[in-house]
Amino acid sequence: MNSSNLTRKDLAEAISNQLGYPQSSCADIVDSFLDTMKQALLDGETIKLVHFGTFSVRDKQPRRGRNPRTGESITIKKRQTVSFRPSKKLREQINV
Amino acid sequence: MNKSELIEALAQDINIPHREAAAITNTVIETMTEALARGESIEIRGFGSFVIKKYDAYEGRNPKTGKKIQVRPKKLPFFKVGKDLREKVNVGK
Repeated sequence: MNSSNLTRKDLAEAISNQLGYPQSSCADIVDSFLDTMKQALLDGETIKLVHFGTFSVRDKQPRRGRNPRTGESITIKKRQTVSFRPSKKLREQINV
Repeated sequence: MNKSELIEALAQDINIPHREAAAITNTVIETMTEALARGESIEIRGFGSFVIKKYDAYEGRNPKTGKKIQVRPKKLPFFKVGKDLREKVNVGK
């Protein structure tokens, strides 16, 4: 198992190598791509990417929790989070 | 939105031809897919991270018939939303 980590920099390199953009502009291209995705999620959109998966904003219900340090009981408020559901194709590719 | 709508949004956001936005989108998704397929994690500050979780084989049941089945070991990708996006998306409505 490889423990290395893909980062924004690797995505910029892939764009530079595969599409021939100058390296200097690829970091900005990656940021723009991510900003477009983020903005869509902030607008409440679900993003369905075939063969990859679906990103959506979901409501989490309020629940009772505890401060693990003091043991004090607190209420965790209703909140929103981004969830990702991998597509069948992605799950298959990970398990080959 | 689906992939072609995302491509269109990107093309408009940074004023590039649709064809280029499509190439960028496909390259990013393919690069991430290949990394996950190799068992690597992905960490993108401000957006989120993906890690592969490994599961051992276990005995499960078909929920419909109740029949016991052997579930093979498997790996699944998990996404954890990054701090910046989490805070922005969490408007507390």
